[in-house]
Amino acid sequence: MTNLAVRLPGLELKNPIMPASGCFGFGREYSSFYDLGKLGAVIMKAATGTGRLGNPTPRVAETASGMLNAIGLQNPGVEKIIENEVPFLGAYDTCIIANIAGSTLEEYEKVASTFNETNLVHALELNISCPNVKEGGIQFGTDPSLAQAVTEIVKKASKLPVYVKLSPNVTNIVEMAKAVEAAGADGLSMINTLTGMQIHLPSRKPLIANKTGGLSGPAIKPVAIRMIYEVKQHVDIPIIGMGGVSNAEDVLEFLLAGASAVAVGTANFSNPYVCPEIIDALPETLERYGFNSVEEAIGKGIMSV
Amino acid sequence: MMIQKENMIIRSVTNIALDTIEMVLENTYISKTAIPGQFLHAAIEGHTLRRPISIADIDQEKETITILFKILGKGTEKLATYQPGMTFDALGPSGNGFQVDNTRATYLLIGGGIGVPPLYYLGKTLAEKKCNIVSILGFQTEENVFYEERFQALGKTFIVTNDGSYGETGFVTDIIEKAGHFDSYFSCGPVPMLKAITSKLPTKPGLISLEERMGCGVGACMACVIPSADGKGYQKICSDGPVFHAQEVSL
Repeated sequence: MTNLAVRLPGLELKNPIMPASGCFGFGREYSSFYDLGKLGAVIMKAATGTGRLGNPTPRVAETASGMLNAIGLQNPGVEKIIENEVPFLGAYDTCIIANIAGSTLEEYEKVASTFNETNLVHALELNISCPNVKEGGIQFGTDPSLAQAVTEIVKKASKLPVYVKLSPNVTNIVEMAKAVEAAGADGLSMINTLTGMQIHLPSRKPLIANKTGGLSGPAIKPVAIRMIYEVKQHVDIPIIGMGGVSNAEDVLEFLLAGASAVAVGTANFSNPYVCPEIIDALPETLERYGFNSVEEAIGKGIMSV
Repeated sequence: MMIQKENMIIRSVTNIALDTIEMVLENTYISKTAIPGQFLHAAIEGHTLRRPISIADIDQEKETITILFKILGKGTEKLATYQPGMTFDALGPSGNGFQVDNTRATYLLIGGGIGVPPLYYLGKTLAEKKCNIVSILGFQTEENVFYEERFQALGKTFIVTNDGSYGETGFVTDIIEKAGHFDSYFSCGPVPMLKAITSKLPTKPGLISLEERMGCGVGACMACVIPSADGKGYQKICSDGPVFHAQEVSL
């Protein structure tokens, strides 16, 4: 029997697969397709201090092997999420990770501490990398000292383990990872989307109303693999990997690069059943490449110098 | 009805107007459950995002669904190359359609361009309920016109083209006076047209159907939203809509 279980700070995962933040809402829509209890965890859509309306439309555009999005952190605010959304997910036998975002240190602190009011959430994913709002945390995600400061504040405010979601829109990803590890992060989540743009020829205007958007999907997978591979060699905290995962082979590739668990984002849009299908295919895939468990495969692709 | 991922078998592909394809698809579940105004979220080989395409007609006995789409980009270009016998998967029936009660009344259908198709299945359903139907269908030019005879079979039909190359000249809103009395209206088409209609008919009850670039198509990703008329937030086009009360959203 292939063992899919992974143990991470705050998370006893029955398998390493979880839908990525922003691609799965709060689970309700996908619960009509399959039992969410099948998932290792669910990462909820970002919560901010008060509700946000998000960006004008169009908010998405297709690209070669991927898509751009600029939703703009639309969410009802942390309190309503705890009241209306968390109990729904809490009824399923899966771990809940709350993604938190803000424009100021105070907002991050408020959102983090508000999640202490529920015992249904297992961990926080600290979003310092949303590229789609003017003040949505990206400034915290590109400056190591700001990243360190926000991580420290959230760690202090929360009783939950904190996974810091890193932005790939930086020159030195290892420096960012080390900064948040030093600030007390329990884990990393990487990567968020890459900032991009697409121009519509007939109208000569960017296809997305926000002009720029975050690139996701298979197009960004090699960037994610490279960044995880580099970071894994310099930090001791576990990594939740993401970026273009669409099948069990992709999951194994992320494990080999050093991820301990894997989030699936854009692929949910192409196939709403992608997460359970990956979970079903994972044992055979691991066996085919000589592994008896998920934990055995973590970091095995890293070649020692 | 619950959205399912269904295998659609292509039975016919017909080029019925400029860059406009009519496809007849076979599928038991969707043909038995979909209502007018709902759509299919079609997966197209080699494309990350699905394409939302409204249902133009259903034959429950033959278990077929007719869709019409315009070739506007790479996705629809690819779909147009599909041949009878081929299959693709679609999520459906998606969205909230036109809710039709059993009142016998006179309904005005106002369609613009590729917004015309969902009104056909609606009109057919209303005709079965013995309602009076008047249709105004707007197209850019003569070569874009389709389904004129089908709508004529349902009731009085006006065709209007922007350049006057066929039927009346101008916009659908120029024809509304000629349509005579109607109790309420149903409309689908480009946003500027819907805006013109809802401001011309501020007190008439009406339902409008919207389109937008979509992500998940099931209400989870918040990509396809429209501001609520009360200014207090957004409605999701894929799952709260695509059909809304005319005064419910801010166009």
